[in-house]
Amino acid sequence: MALRSASTQLLGRAGLLPAAVCNAFHRCMSTSDKFSVEVLPFKAHRIEPPNNVVETSIDELVGMYELMYKMRRMEIAADMMYKAKLIRGFCHLYDGQEAVMTGIEAALTKEDAVITSYRDHCQHLSRGGTVKEVMAELMGKRDGASKGLGGSMHITAAFGGRGGASKGLGGSMHMYNRQANFYGGNGIVGAQIPLGAGLAFALKYQKKPNVAIAMYGDGAANQGQKYEALNMAGLWNLPVIFVCENNHYGMGTAEWRAAKSSTFYTRGDYIPGLKVDGMDVLAVKKSMEFAKAYALEHGPIIMEMDTYRYHGHSMSDPGSTYRTRDEISTMRQERDPVERVRKLLLAKGYDAAAIKAMEKSVKKEVDTAVEESKAAAIPPNEWLWRNVYVAPANMDMRTVEGTYVQPTYDPTYSS
Amino acid sequence: MALQTSIARCNARVGRAPAARVAVKPQYVRGAAQVVAAKKKEIMMWEALREATDEEMERDPTVCVMGEDVGHYGGSYKVTYDLYKKYGDMRVLDTPICENGFMGMGIGAAMTGLRPIVEGMNMGFLLLAFNQISNNCGMLHYTSGGQFKVPVVIRGPGGVGRQLGAEHSQRLESYFQSIPGVQLVAVSTVANAKALLKSAIRSDNPIIFFEHVLLYNIKGETHDGDYCQSLERAEMVREGTDVSIFTYSRMRYVVMQAVAELEKKGYNPEVIDLISLKPFDMETISKSIKKTRKALIVEECMKTGGIGASLSAVINESLFDELDHQVMRLSSQDVPTAYAYELEAATIVQPNQVVEAVEKMCSKVAAAV
Repeated sequence: MALRSASTQLLGRAGLLPAAVCNAFHRCMSTSDKFSVEVLPFKAHRIEPPNNVVETSIDELVGMYELMYKMRRMEIAADMMYKAKLIRGFCHLYDGQEAVMTGIEAALTKEDAVITSYRDHCQHLSRGGTVKEVMAELMGKRDGASKGLGGSMHITAAFGGRGGASKGLGGSMHMYNRQANFYGGNGIVGAQIPLGAGLAFALKYQKKPNVAIAMYGDGAANQGQKYEALNMAGLWNLPVIFVCENNHYGMGTAEWRAAKSSTFYTRGDYIPGLKVDGMDVLAVKKSMEFAKAYALEHGPIIMEMDTYRYHGHSMSDPGSTYRTRDEISTMRQERDPVERVRKLLLAKGYDAAAIKAMEKSVKKEVDTAVEESKAAAIPPNEWLWRNVYVAPANMDMRTVEGTYVQPTYDPTYSS
Repeated sequence: MALQTSIARCNARVGRAPAARVAVKPQYVRGAAQVVAAKKKEIMMWEALREATDEEMERDPTVCVMGEDVGHYGGSYKVTYDLYKKYGDMRVLDTPICENGFMGMGIGAAMTGLRPIVEGMNMGFLLLAFNQISNNCGMLHYTSGGQFKVPVVIRGPGGVGRQLGAEHSQRLESYFQSIPGVQLVAVSTVANAKALLKSAIRSDNPIIFFEHVLLYNIKGETHDGDYCQSLERAEMVREGTDVSIFTYSRMRYVVMQAVAELEKKGYNPEVIDLISLKPFDMETISKSIKKTRKALIVEECMKTGGIGASLSAVINESLFDELDHQVMRLSSQDVPTAYAYELEAATIVQPNQVVEAVEKMCSKVAAAV
């Protein structure tokens, strides 16, 4: 769409033009044009923070909104499916934290590596996975991200997008996507942090111009292995960005009851850190662009994302025994990350009808994914013995019945 | 693809410890006939492991080593001696003392396609890294729906040394054996140490590779050339008819000491070195038991829950009708390994116990006939 003249812009901004003309002008602005937005200033530790002005465009915001809205709807659907007992075990939902992963993706490419904890459903989406892969994995179906083998905490996307994530083998905590350099999905608190350092080590070893993002929470921030990873990353200048998603509660224990120092961005000591408003996707994006540049040139940096989860720690936790309902509802009203982008888009003159249409389409996608996952097939019994080993030779595995079975190998799960 | 072919080639070979091979090279001096036997060079086990590491690192740039003091210090058991000078600090990485951390780091690197060899200065220290080894190493290929291989070799010395105390005398094979997705290998000779390490490095599966503190300086010959030994096959040490003795690691030598004694007394035991602690080579094991109808397990693992406990259960379940005597199992006592020399000796299996066990089994069976 063509731009009006510069004078119209100036007059419009100075409020000297009638509203109709202003609106008309906005509609004529190109959606790829850049404009600036102010975010909350960053708090810094041992580093000069970037300024708090972020460049974005309508196009970018629309893309971010769609992703965040999809994340939100997907997690809400997961909540309903869990209550309907179609999802079992542990299920850790990300709603409220959408801005963090969306903002991170805005600053990265798929050549950069991402690893996170069990709260990984939305990471699978942002790394290019589908809602269907997540839903199928959560329901333990063969089309799931980890073939139904991993479950909620182990979501990964398959080669060539065939079928789902971990094929129902991983479950909620085990979603993975090798092609998009998404390394999961880890059930044990903090164990992914040294793995993340390893991803960065490999990037440096192979001389790739990329970074690794190791995500963890305020609860995991007290794990010893985090400090072991920080020390090694600092020692060898590994290109790793440690992202602490501080949602202020490690399961049921508030940060101030678990950490002597809850300024997580300073706890890397000699490693610099930034504290970011994690409910603002643009603030996250800006800080991550800064972090990536820093990590590639200098080494590790810690990013503390001040965020919030609406749900409890997992679906087994009502989330209200250790925090007030007021706190949760205030957060929703004042700092909801998805709503924030929606308001910004509308303020910038984006068509409300277009937003509604996109939301409708996302809802449909999520609903379809749920229905398809419900109807999808469970992993066949043969998959019990598949891919325990890579290319097993001379291996007989003893079964409970006292017979032997040959373990099989087929990473494509073609049958 | 090339890697898979070479692994297939490696796996196709049945490991067999050669008798001491002496290459006779006749040398003729003009005017006189002189035959001079040239012996193949004997090296120590640490040198053999070093050769394997060096050869594989040269062959494949994704192979790297990480661990405490593997680089500048020269390796606490010299397995990586001076390799950092050839390959640099990144490929022979001196880590800080943080087993959980660097094990995780090695596994993370392996997920991207590198092939790290992670050294535990003592296998006992790897208890600190147990979560990484169990969850992120063993199980990852399965729970990721086949997406991530973890081609890592976790190696180091274990076993009872000379008065090193309880915490430095642990046998971790019993703890690791239940982890799905890992393979456990125990080396015992110079030849199989080199050949097995080469296979382990080339394998796409995580291999937990047990060396023994007291075996690093034993001497022997390695196989020629690029020989890789199968990771899943047991080794026939001595063919026999009276009893099948299953053993591994340093206990192989304790058994062979006992065998020398038994031979004098007229016994003919069959000795099999398990090599592969997970999975068991049931083909070799059952073939032997069907022949001798008696099984004796001699190991350094603890009595409770050791490798022998698992093997005994499997033999009882699958070969009950082939047995004339219950499976006997000589393992370490379920106590911490004391510092005092005599108590330490009483904790682990000694040759005379092996002799007694064989005599007891054979006489009981003979009496029943």
